[in-house]
Amino acid sequence: MNFDVVIKNFDYLLWGAYPNGPLGGLAMAILLAAGGIFGAFWIGLVAGLGRLSKNPVYRLPSILYIEIIRGIPLLLLIFWFYFLGPVLFGHVLPETTSALAAFIVFTGAYIAEIVRAGVQALPRGQMEAARSSGLSHVQAMQYVILPQALRNMIPSFVNQFVSLTKDTSLASIIGVMELTRAAEQINNRVLTSPTEIYLTILVLYFLICWVLTATSRRLERHMARYQARNR
Amino acid sequence: MAYTFDWNVALTGQYGGWIIDGMFTTLQISAVSILFSMLLGTVVAVFRLTHLRILQWFALAYTEFFRNTPLLVQIFFWYFGSHAILPEFVNKWLYERDFEFAAGVIALTVYTSAFIAEEIRSGIFSIPKTQLEASRACGLSFIQAMRYVILPQAFRIIIPPLISQFLNLIKNSSLCMTIGVMELTYMARQIESYSFKGFEAFTVATLIYLVISLLVSFVITQYNRLFLRQIKY
Repeated sequence: MNFDVVIKNFDYLLWGAYPNGPLGGLAMAILLAAGGIFGAFWIGLVAGLGRLSKNPVYRLPSILYIEIIRGIPLLLLIFWFYFLGPVLFGHVLPETTSALAAFIVFTGAYIAEIVRAGVQALPRGQMEAARSSGLSHVQAMQYVILPQALRNMIPSFVNQFVSLTKDTSLASIIGVMELTRAAEQINNRVLTSPTEIYLTILVLYFLICWVLTATSRRLERHMARYQARNR
Repeated sequence: MAYTFDWNVALTGQYGGWIIDGMFTTLQISAVSILFSMLLGTVVAVFRLTHLRILQWFALAYTEFFRNTPLLVQIFFWYFGSHAILPEFVNKWLYERDFEFAAGVIALTVYTSAFIAEEIRSGIFSIPKTQLEASRACGLSFIQAMRYVILPQAFRIIIPPLISQFLNLIKNSSLCMTIGVMELTYMARQIESYSFKGFEAFTVATLIYLVISLLVSFVITQYNRLFLRQIKY
């Protein structure tokens, strides 16, 4: 094994051609994942609460959205956003935009399920007590249920962030300059050490995801102590 | 909207045949990978529970590493980089056959088996420890106790999460298009580049994936409803 190529191009793997060119590499992957999880949180919150609603006007679209998105591969969704551009706007969207949109829509469905599980895991007494103190349903959600439920969901959000970080590699297929794409470019240029290059980026992805997974496990143990429980 | 729909393109003739071929390749690569990943996943899970330190560490490293790295990069790794890792005769044997398919199967198997190992491990942990102790006290060896007492019960509990892992595998198999396995997504992409009718082709592919996954979730729900509630400890 000969890691010379990797060492020579290591800065390209980490942040692409930045600051002389566009940002890329690992930095781009993390940015995509962070943007994706931020957007997905809001969509997921709305769809998750919609799915719990008794009103079919909110419930049915939420179920439809969640089930469809969870039933198809992310790659297909990325192509969808890539090809929807010409149909809807008459021109192709930039790769990074369509990849980010696909990540947001995809992860939103999974976050919706996390939100639903988190709200359902709280004891019923919390809602009943809030309602009988005179809060409306919305107020009870906003001031009593969600603050507790969202806190309990933090480990699941971290896990979702990890899996989104892994999934950003798919953006390379439509040509977004992130870590996997950078590795492909280096590999196509030198053609001598694919094993070393791909092993290196596997380790890079692993380090980030593993640190986050370990954090989420510690958070989970820590938070288990402070949860409201059924008695 | 400056786009005219032509649904016949994706449904009939040559392109329709491609979609059908792609669907069968998806099912084929998924079935083979499911089989291998179950075997490998069970072995890794049992390693995790033995008392041999080295096996425990190996299994821990295996599950942590392959669960925390992207499948796409693993696919590239096996496809472009396996010649330096695998022994000579294995490579020769693979190159003489359909190497894209083989690399896809290896990547999907290794990736999914790490998840399956974790599911099986948590299933085994959900069986009370006294069961193992009781079977050891009856004179069964560790392997016999696993084989006849623990695993049959554990598998019953973990069937729903296992099936959802299989479903993930079917969806993940779409990534094999990047190394040229001609499965469903590959075919949809190919129709798009031959006829510019990407919208239609991707709609059909999406519907096929949806039908597969809705069928699978229906099976899980029925299983939970009919069998799982009978299991009590």
